[in-house]
Amino acid sequence: MYDIAIIGAGIAGSYIARELTRYKLDVVLLDGENDVGNQITMANSAIVHGGYDAPSYKFKGRFNAPGNIMYEKICEDLDVPFKQCGSLVVAHNEYEMATLHELYQNGLKNGVPGMRIIFKEEVHQMEPNLNPDVCGALYSPTAGVVSPFELCVHAAENAVDNGVTLKLNHLVTDIKKLDDSFKITTTAGDIEAKKIINAAGVYADDIYEMVGEPYFELLARKGNYFIFDKEAGSLVNKVIFPCPSKKGKGILVAPTVHGNLLIGPDAEPVDKGDVSTTSERLDYIKENALKNVPSIPMNKIIRSYAGLRNTPVKASFTTTDGDFILEESPVKGFINVAGYESPGLTSIPAVAHYVVEEIVVPMFPDIEENHEYNPKVRKHLRFEEMSDAEKEAIIKEDPKYGKVICRCETITEGEIIDVIHRSAGARTVKAVKKRSRAGMGRCQGGFCSPRVVEILARELNCTLEDIMYDQQNSAYILSGKTKSAAEEVL
Amino acid sequence: MIYDVVVLGGGPAGLAAAVEAKKDGANDVLIVERDRELGGILNQCIHNGFGLHTFNEELTGPEYAERYIKQALELGIPYYLNTMVLDLIDNGEIKTIHVINEENGYMTIETKAVVLTMGCRERTSGAIGIPGYRPAGVFTAGTAQRFINMEGYMPGKEVVILGSGDIGLIMARRMTLEGANVKAVCELMPYSNGLVRNIVQCLDDYDIPLKLSHTITFIHGKDRLEGVTVAQVDDRLKPIPGTDEYIPCDTLLLSVGLIPENEITRNAGIEMDRRTNGPVVGELRQTSVPGVFACGNVVHVHDLVDFVSEESVLAGKGASMYIKGQLDSENTFTTTNGDGIGYVVPQQVAMKNVDETVTFYMRVRQVFKDKVVNAYIGDQLIATKKEKKLLPAEMVNFKIAKDELAKYPSGEIRFVVEDAKK
Repeated sequence: MYDIAIIGAGIAGSYIARELTRYKLDVVLLDGENDVGNQITMANSAIVHGGYDAPSYKFKGRFNAPGNIMYEKICEDLDVPFKQCGSLVVAHNEYEMATLHELYQNGLKNGVPGMRIIFKEEVHQMEPNLNPDVCGALYSPTAGVVSPFELCVHAAENAVDNGVTLKLNHLVTDIKKLDDSFKITTTAGDIEAKKIINAAGVYADDIYEMVGEPYFELLARKGNYFIFDKEAGSLVNKVIFPCPSKKGKGILVAPTVHGNLLIGPDAEPVDKGDVSTTSERLDYIKENALKNVPSIPMNKIIRSYAGLRNTPVKASFTTTDGDFILEESPVKGFINVAGYESPGLTSIPAVAHYVVEEIVVPMFPDIEENHEYNPKVRKHLRFEEMSDAEKEAIIKEDPKYGKVICRCETITEGEIIDVIHRSAGARTVKAVKKRSRAGMGRCQGGFCSPRVVEILARELNCTLEDIMYDQQNSAYILSGKTKSAAEEVL
Repeated sequence: MIYDVVVLGGGPAGLAAAVEAKKDGANDVLIVERDRELGGILNQCIHNGFGLHTFNEELTGPEYAERYIKQALELGIPYYLNTMVLDLIDNGEIKTIHVINEENGYMTIETKAVVLTMGCRERTSGAIGIPGYRPAGVFTAGTAQRFINMEGYMPGKEVVILGSGDIGLIMARRMTLEGANVKAVCELMPYSNGLVRNIVQCLDDYDIPLKLSHTITFIHGKDRLEGVTVAQVDDRLKPIPGTDEYIPCDTLLLSVGLIPENEITRNAGIEMDRRTNGPVVGELRQTSVPGVFACGNVVHVHDLVDFVSEESVLAGKGASMYIKGQLDSENTFTTTNGDGIGYVVPQQVAMKNVDETVTFYMRVRQVFKDKVVNAYIGDQLIATKKEKKLLPAEMVNFKIAKDELAKYPSGEIRFVVEDAKK
């Protein structure tokens, strides 16, 4: 029996798992997917927000700015790329300027440091490629960009290194409340745990309804995005937001932490699981992004994708409308971390601390601290970021770092082998891509994917046909041997 | 040591350039190849049809490559395999090339001249932005070709191909021969982007339908591809409502264009041509940086390897002339693309370097019948090239005699598609 089962190994579940290892608890981290961080964490804006948007009385307003402040340290500990590049919310007219002043005032209440309202000349000095009509902006220097999936992967890795059991391909199908525990039925066997933390993203309402009466509902809202070649990566230096409206933060234009350019997202209610892009929506994003940055080179697009937000909607007897749901539910011992949409990524260090210290710890009166807790992951060597001397040294130490597999991103075989063998390591081509960036570049895996399949098969001791792109069994890459190759075997 | 000529790439362009440079008097020539063998993309092109122009016979890709590899070996040209170029730095007379491999680690190679022959890559589904899901089972045609011909594995069984580029057509036949069911080849344009002979030999002979003016409007399947929605497009290339057709399939191959791989070129500050996506080059394929040459698909995408070899001989000769101090750097002519022409290579001509003729390579923008390509300097018509049919898929190869060009002191040579009789 586990002390705690966390359902969902996205950024919320993985990070809370890591936070729990500060204590001597037996924790299992469950996910229905074939990798951690495979849904919302994999497809979002990748922004670490300043924290001026949400009102201070909401969790969103309360945890955003403190989460932001914690980022530098956690990204150092977890060896995750993070750039505090700052953000601008831009205004085109006086009405929008008035909104910026409101945001500024709200930011002060939320404890956002260093914000300034700036005017035309300074805005265009900071961002020469903005639309000349932009007349002012709210500058928030603490905002930044991060790699959300690398953060999730390394949080999960660190959690496992500190003793958490990770179980992938364990899709939860039923939960039974027993006297002092829960019996969780999954597609890969039953699991018993004293407490449950429900961090199942867009499915968190469905999970809760397995044990309790519905008191919230999650609406899946889809956002489409484009990623551009690194050639377009320096078009803007900061995250550029339009002036927000009732509909949300609007279409942003941002550098990514790896040097690409990102635009998106729109917001459209969809069925859960619908992450398809549509041409109308993609056109809408282009059109709106161009309003603030007119020179975006649309011929440098290398990828479009769509992800889901899980927006909590008001149900009959609680008003959680528009905020994170972070609480022990009416079912004792069952904790909901739900409705965890933006600024969830930014808030997670602060939210995880809150969930563990304020909700979990009081549930275990005899809880002990884990003195062996190590907040750091093993260094993730990234060849491309090394100096010439470091490159020389690492190849001498391990010649596999001298073999480039992904040409576009300069990812070596050494790095790919490393991400396969780390805790919570890669087992699929997408998992390798997520962790090492092999296949993230302009050729989108055209050259490297056959090599990555080969390396995975060799390192995991299986055949090329066993290697999946993503989901177990269903996302196969190769359907079998060719006739001539099959004959050779005979 | 300081090399005379270092060739970046051991494919058909690199091999021909290295061989020619060595034959023409460059002593220390080196080939740097990122893959595990010489020959480049030809190694996975196991179909025949290569070398008709060069050798007057039909060879397979590996056989064609082998002829040049043999020459390179006979000439004693050294090469590095599995070696990646990280950077090319121009320090004037000496260029330094930063490379890595497993055996030698991190090396800095010094050379007087460089020939860039990095080839090209395939345009991806991301780049053309096909809406829908992003499942396994969507491959560029070249990646599928590598899986089948090099690794011995099939990427799927029920296939739709988007784009009628040559690799897509070749793969339609290849997958059919391997027992797959190729259901359709969809081409956005009203004409094919592949060679006529490939349409006949790879599609018609196997009853594979070619759907011109069609595109894919949705990719279905969350994990593995389950099907595609295909629709007809109007003359603005927009899908026509009501023409949607769902085709179940587990594999989608993309053959939607090739892009020269010029990251090293750009980083070295070499002037680029937006029309070709390659460097601006002269008659001996010299780039804007003295001592750096480029040839093959890195300059412009070819449809026949024979012309890659032909062009690469020029670059090899240019490099050897450069190190011997025989290369003239004064450009006499520039070239430009007029009506109906997409690009022209070379973009510059230095007449003192020309032997007897200059061959201008170009592509037309659309299908033309009963038209000619005319070359003008100012208002003066200097040469005409007649073709029965001008196709975007087939590069026009336009030779003009030195004597003809020598009548003009300088200027811009403009190529235009015009009516046959004028």
